[in-house]
Amino acid sequence: MDESIRQCVKSVRWISGSAVVDVQGDVDLSRSSEFQQSLLVVMDQKPERIIVNLAEVPYMDSSGVASLVKLLGRTKRQGVVLRLAALTVRVRSIFEITRLDDVFDIHATVEEALS
Amino acid sequence: MTKPPPDRPIRLRVFSSPTHLAVVRGAVDGLCRSIGFDEDCITRVVMSVDEALTNVIRHAYDGVADQPIEIELDWTKLPDGVRISIRDCGRRVEREHMTPPPRDNLQPGGLGLHIMTECMDRIEYNPAEGGGTVLTMVKRLEQARGRE
Repeated sequence: MDESIRQCVKSVRWISGSAVVDVQGDVDLSRSSEFQQSLLVVMDQKPERIIVNLAEVPYMDSSGVASLVKLLGRTKRQGVVLRLAALTVRVRSIFEITRLDDVFDIHATVEEALS
Repeated sequence: MTKPPPDRPIRLRVFSSPTHLAVVRGAVDGLCRSIGFDEDCITRVVMSVDEALTNVIRHAYDGVADQPIEIELDWTKLPDGVRISIRDCGRRVEREHMTPPPRDNLQPGGLGLHIMTECMDRIEYNPAEGGGTVLTMVKRLEQARGRE
């Protein structure tokens, strides 16, 4: 994993075919392309499920959300399950305001998303 | 303890660098908090300013990072809210880009404007003197709107 990926994605944990992607820090225009690239690297490793853990993301802007929308399209085409977990208050707000909270499979915790 | 709001408008000059966005978000958060906005309102104003700046960086300046952006946060002229103006010197916004896409057809590219129109009470784009665009956004306190 190169340095840019390490900055945005803290770790990728593999649990029974599921990739749990632990993201850290604000995801705004300064980091969203790096964020998207990191997610695509995980996708290339052909997981059965991707769990994006957003517990340590205080803020996400529309470019970060757009990265997840693009990932969602790709996971659907390839039959991969995508789940978002542990959204902080502000991150949940942007999904609600854009009405994407009904589009994504959102879980309160990583454990719940894995179950 | 909540700090008293500043007695004059706050003016910020930043570059069109995405790395400046977090600094502006912090300033907007602090001002809204001192005015007495609740957490939901603060989040909405912070998001709107952030999305507006992102649009300036992307569309007015085509991602060039060293161009000027002026931001004014003024709560002194409104008894019940804040007025925010964002001025750039870049390419003027085309009229079709000032209207958010239909809500049932959200695409990644239209999310920013959708967020701004959803979160603020008023947004208005005008040509700036000498070139560029001024975006004015107003957010009023929830309790003030409830009295109407």
